[in-house]
Amino acid sequence: MYSYSDFDAAFVAERNRQFRAQVERRIDGSLTEDEFKPLRLMNGLYLQLHAYMLRVAVPYGTLSAAQMRQLAYIAERWDKGYGHFTTRQNIQFNWPQLRDVPDMLDALAEVQMHAIQTSGNTIRNVTADHFSGAAADEVADPRPVAELIRQWSTDHPEFQFLPRKFKIAVTGSQADRAVIRAHDIGLRVLERNGEQGYEVIVGGGLGRTPMIGKTLTEFLPKADLLPYLEAIVSVWNLLGRRDNKFKARIKITVHENGIDEIRRLVDDRFAETRTAFSGVDQEMLRAIEAQFAAPAFKQSGTEAYDTAYDADPVFRSWADTNLTAHRADGYAIVQISLKAHGATPGDASAEQMRVMADLAEQYAHGELRVSHEQNIVLPHVHKSDLPQIHAVLQQHGLATANIGLISDIIACPGMDYCALATARSIPIAQQIATRFDDLKREHEIGDLKIKISGCINACGHHHVGHIGILGLDRAGVENYQITLGGDHTENAALGQRTGPGFPAEEIVGAVETIVDTYLDIRTSAEETFIETFRRTGMAPFKAALYPEKEEKRDAA
Amino acid sequence: MSVIVTDSGFGPDDFTGEILDLASDTAPEALEAGTNADLVRIDFPSSADGRGFTLARLLRLRGYRGRLRARGHVIADQYAMARRAGFDEVEISDDLAARQPQDQWMFRADWQAHDYQSRLRG
Ligand code: SF4
Repeated sequence: MYSYSDFDAAFVAERNRQFRAQVERRIDGSLTEDEFKPLRLMNGLYLQLHAYMLRVAVPYGTLSAAQMRQLAYIAERWDKGYGHFTTRQNIQFNWPQLRDVPDMLDALAEVQMHAIQTSGNTIRNVTADHFSGAAADEVADPRPVAELIRQWSTDHPEFQFLPRKFKIAVTGSQADRAVIRAHDIGLRVLERNGEQGYEVIVGGGLGRTPMIGKTLTEFLPKADLLPYLEAIVSVWNLLGRRDNKFKARIKITVHENGIDEIRRLVDDRFAETRTAFSGVDQEMLRAIEAQFAAPAFKQSGTEAYDTAYDADPVFRSWADTNLTAHRADGYAIVQISLKAHGATPGDASAEQMRVMADLAEQYAHGELRVSHEQNIVLPHVHKSDLPQIHAVLQQHGLATANIGLISDIIACPGMDYCALATARSIPIAQQIATRFDDLKREHEIGDLKIKISGCINACGHHHVGHIGILGLDRAGVENYQITLGGDHTENAALGQRTGPGFPAEEIVGAVETIVDTYLDIRTSAEETFIETFRRTGMAPFKAALYPEKEEKRDAA
Repeated sequence: MSVIVTDSGFGPDDFTGEILDLASDTAPEALEAGTNADLVRIDFPSSADGRGFTLARLLRLRGYRGRLRARGHVIADQYAMARRAGFDEVEISDDLAARQPQDQWMFRADWQAHDYQSRLRG
C-alpha cells in the first residue's frame, strides 16, 4: 500500500492548519457563510439538510487496518457512532459539529488521510477497481497510477475552479468493476506488444443527462498520461459551458462538439502540455509501484475451507455469493456486505469498522477496500481462514450472504440526509431487501442489481442498474420511476424507462412484478435477469407492470 | 482605484506602459506569446471562473516571459493558484482589499511550498 512521503504529510498538515484558521474566522464571525462556503467545500465539508457532513477521501478505495480503526474512532468521538460508505468509495460522517472538524481532519492526517477535493468544481477523489491487485483477470494493478493522478490533481492550480466537478476512474482489467464509462475520464490499463499504456475514455456520466463515455484514444503510452490528462482538462476548462451548470460537465462538451473535434483539440493541447513534463513523474510512478507490490502469499492447504463448505450450509451460501476468484492459489477475495436486510446500505457502526480492521490485520495482510457498491472488501484472504472470518462476521451482523443479489442495493442518501433530494431512497432499499428476504427467493433470483437515486443527480447510479429506481417529486408526492436493462460493467448501457412512475406504497410491488415476470420467462436458472432483458426487451415487463385495464382506468 | 497584490503584500498600481487586456473567454488560439505589450492582464469576472488560470498557463507555455497580471474577482485563497499558474501579481478593487485585508493574502505568500506540480514536472 502507499505510504505518505514527507511531502504528502507536510502538505496535508499545512492544509489542515489553514482550514483550522478559516474555521476560527467563521466561528468568530469574521467570515460570513457565503465567504466560508468555497473554503469548506475545498476541504470536503458540506452543509446538509440537518447538519454539516464531512466527506473523507478514500483514494482508489484502499484502506489499511489502522485507517479503518481511525475511522471508527472518529465516528465515535465526533459523530453518532457510524459512518456511511458511498458509491465513490468515500466515507461520510453525517453529524459533525463545525468546531470539531479541524480536530477530525488532524485525526485523519495521523493515518495519512484527508478530505481534500471531495467536493467543489475540481478533480475529485480518483476511484479504481475494488479488486485491484487481487483480481485473477488483471493486466496491472491500477492503484499506482491512481495514486500518481491523486498527487497530480491535488491542489492543481489550474483546475480548482473548473466548470463543474470532474471524476476519474481507473481499472486494470478487461472486466470493468470501476464503471469507467460513466466517468468524466475513464482509464483502462492495457498492454500492447509488451508495452503498458491506457485506453482513455471521456465524456461519460450519469446525472440528469446520462451518457456512456467515448474512447478518445485506444492506446496512450504510459509516460504520456499526466500531460494528456492535463490537455483534456485544460481544453474543457476553456470550452466547457459556464452559462448553465446542468450543461457544464464534459459529457455535454463532448456531445456538443463531437468526439473527433475534442480529440483534435486535445492532441493540439497535448503537444504543448507535454513539454512541461521532464519525465520525473515516471520515476515517481516507479517508486509508487514498488509500494504496491503484492503481499507474500502463503502456500498451504484449504482443507479447513473445504470441510466447512461441505458441512455448513450457511457458510456455503455465504461463500457462494460473497467470494471472488483471487489471482493466487488458495486465496479468495472476500466481500463483506454492508447491506443487511433492512439496514441502511453502506452504513457501518464503529464496532463493525473495528471488527473489519481486526480481521484485515489478522487474516488479510492488513488491507481493506471500499467498493462503489458500498460494501467492504478483504482483497487477500487465504481460504483456510474463511471459516473463522465468517464466524466473526456473523457475530457482528456482517455475514449477510447477498453480494450481487437483489438485496445488495446501491442507494444514495436521498431525503433522509440530502438537501437536493426529491424523494427518499434508503427506506425504499430497506423495504425491497426485507420483502425479498421474507420470500426467501433471492438466491433463486440470482444476479440482479437494483440501484436507487433520490433525485435526478443519480448518485445512486440508477441509470446503470439492472433495475434502476429514481425518486421524484410529483406535486408534493414521492413518485418512483423505473428503468430496466442498465449495465455498469464493460458492457455499459443505460436503462430504459418502463413507463409512468409508481407511488411509494406501490414501488416494492412493482419490483416484485418485474422479478416475477423474469422468473416466468427466463429460459433457465442460468439466464440472468440482464440476459433475459436483452433477449426479450421491455415488452413482457411493460405488459406485466401496466395491465391494459389499469391503463384504461387511468385514462378515464 | 485598485490595489496590486504581490508576494510582499499590497501596493499601488504604478504601471504606466502598454497593457494588453484579455477577457476570460479569450479563445486559446488567439493567445500569442509574441505580444508587444509590457503587461498582459487577464480578467476574472468571478472567483468561480477558473478560465484565467488556464489562459495564464498557456501564455507561459507559449513562451510569454513578460509581466502577467490577474485582475478582478480573485480571492485571497486563490493567490497561490494564480502565482503557480504563472501570474506575477493580482489586481483587486479597493472594496475587495478592504474585505480581504493584506494578512489574508500574505497567508498564502508561501505559494512555492507544498506544490505537487513542481515535484511532478521536474
Ligand atoms: S441522487 Fe440526489 S438525493 Fe441522492 S445523494 Fe445525489 S443529490 Fe442527493
